[in-house]
Amino acid sequence: MTALAKHKKMIVVDGNEAAARGVALARPDVVAVYPITPQSSLVEALSAMIAGGELDAELMNVEGEHSVLSALQGAALAGARTYTATSGPGLAFMFEPYIRQPGMRLPMVMSLVTRDTLTPQCVWGGHQDAMLVREVGWIHMYCETVQEILDTVIMGYKVAEHPEIMLPVNVNHDGNYLSYGVTSCELPDQALVDDFLGPKSVNWHVALDPERPMGVDPLVGNAGGVGPSMFVRYRKGQTEAMAHSLEVISEVHADWAKRTGRHHAPLIEEYRLDDAELALVTLGSMTGAAKDCCDMLRDSGRKVGIIKVKTFRPFPALAMRNALSKVKAVGVVDRSVSYGWNSGPVYQDTLTVIGKFGLKLPAIPFIAGLAGADITVAHFERAFDLVAKGEAPPGPVWLNEKD
Amino acid sequence: MTEIRIHGRGGQGAVLASGLLAQAMADEGRHVVAIPSFGFERRGAPVACFMRTDSKPIRAMTNIYHPDIILCIDPTVAKVVNIFQGMSEGGILVQAGKGEIEKLNLPPGVAKVGLCDAVAIALSIFKRPITNTVMLGAFARTTGLVSLESLKSAIEDGEFRDAGLKQNLEAVERGYHETNVHDLRVAA
Repeated sequence: MTALAKHKKMIVVDGNEAAARGVALARPDVVAVYPITPQSSLVEALSAMIAGGELDAELMNVEGEHSVLSALQGAALAGARTYTATSGPGLAFMFEPYIRQPGMRLPMVMSLVTRDTLTPQCVWGGHQDAMLVREVGWIHMYCETVQEILDTVIMGYKVAEHPEIMLPVNVNHDGNYLSYGVTSCELPDQALVDDFLGPKSVNWHVALDPERPMGVDPLVGNAGGVGPSMFVRYRKGQTEAMAHSLEVISEVHADWAKRTGRHHAPLIEEYRLDDAELALVTLGSMTGAAKDCCDMLRDSGRKVGIIKVKTFRPFPALAMRNALSKVKAVGVVDRSVSYGWNSGPVYQDTLTVIGKFGLKLPAIPFIAGLAGADITVAHFERAFDLVAKGEAPPGPVWLNEKD
Repeated sequence: MTEIRIHGRGGQGAVLASGLLAQAMADEGRHVVAIPSFGFERRGAPVACFMRTDSKPIRAMTNIYHPDIILCIDPTVAKVVNIFQGMSEGGILVQAGKGEIEKLNLPPGVAKVGLCDAVAIALSIFKRPITNTVMLGAFARTTGLVSLESLKSAIEDGEFRDAGLKQNLEAVERGYHETNVHDLRVAA
């Protein structure tokens, strides 16, 4: 047993409490909250930690999600490290400040406890809420396990506050299966996290300073004067930082692995892919059962693998190309719907990578796990069978259609 | 891999029980996953919770369809839910009830039944029919998958304080000792 392992502190928690523990270790200055299913127990845990003195942060229990993020933008402009978490309708109510945050280049970590969207009425998990905001300029990372939630929340601050990034980060974990799913996981040492994150990095360019007053969210744009070029400068800066973040996310994951011994694939995880002929692309907590299915089929001699997307925004196109170039056919299992394309968003991005790099392989769209529906080993087995046949149906295969 | 499904009603603490059981099993060095099936639960409505335990790491974060063990912490929920659905051959039932095994409508293939009059025990300790920790004791006694000591440690390390802690420690202890285990395979 290594010296590291001897000092392991194991806790048995659900994904929401794991996120809260990760947040506490990252020592935010200001936490603003409004409860919503399936996120509520996360902010309750944080509130309890602040009330009990375990976390020295300002808790703002405000009247709704629009105020949550507006308050945190003010706090970030004053130089605070900030955190919140939301889900589904809460994210929808937060949308106006949410779309402003990346342009202001305010680093922040927010957990999205992903939930399917209304209507019809549902309170259960799905990626639809997060997918609705995938083009807004936040970094999106999806977690597979309770441990990965805890670790990624901490890593999220290091990515967000990187001086060359300065963007908000969503750390996404699936409502129900991860938010309430209990497992044991390792709680890192506070000193380890302090050393890993280093001193808080504030975007002092926009931070409010009475000695140096400036407009931080100026009115620019339109067709004359400095408007067009200034607006382009904002957007180019954001897109360049997004593109660069892939490298930073990889570095941060490598640094975390060196310190904790836990290796989470930063962008794309290739599972049993090197000699695989068929692969399924997965996102989030569904991946565990997909890996079990992969092992089961491997035991019967079938050459199959899994491509897990961890970082979804920005999309890691090169890493995806490398993974896809190893297989002869692929299926993509989406937990949300892209109405514009009658398939899922991850499927659309997979097609883009195939087209962009001139790959030649059939890709089959699957949609599963909407509104808390379960995606089991049997569902993945059926998906692999359909990919093996190589027949692309006119629309997506709805894996829970007959459940 | 052992798969466990817990049945109860909202307010009895089935989800809390699954967390305590997960903690106790993890403390004994087992890998464990517990996933409650949450909706808009309300007091009295049927609830279920899914658990897996293994000596190897567990990856699947999915519900359970073929449980090896059914832990039912409510004496009447079986009237409205088929608690035996998908039960594995040779499975174990741990049931809150008054000890009349004939009235359980057991499906064929059940190997063992642990019966505990958890409501009576809970009423005498808490003055309310909160059966979760009583039935954890019954679970330990019937299945041998976890020790009474580990359950008590998990309860001590949990959220219970003062009188509540003392009552729940008594509840798990009494549940353990006041469970009748029927080994149906030996009987047959």
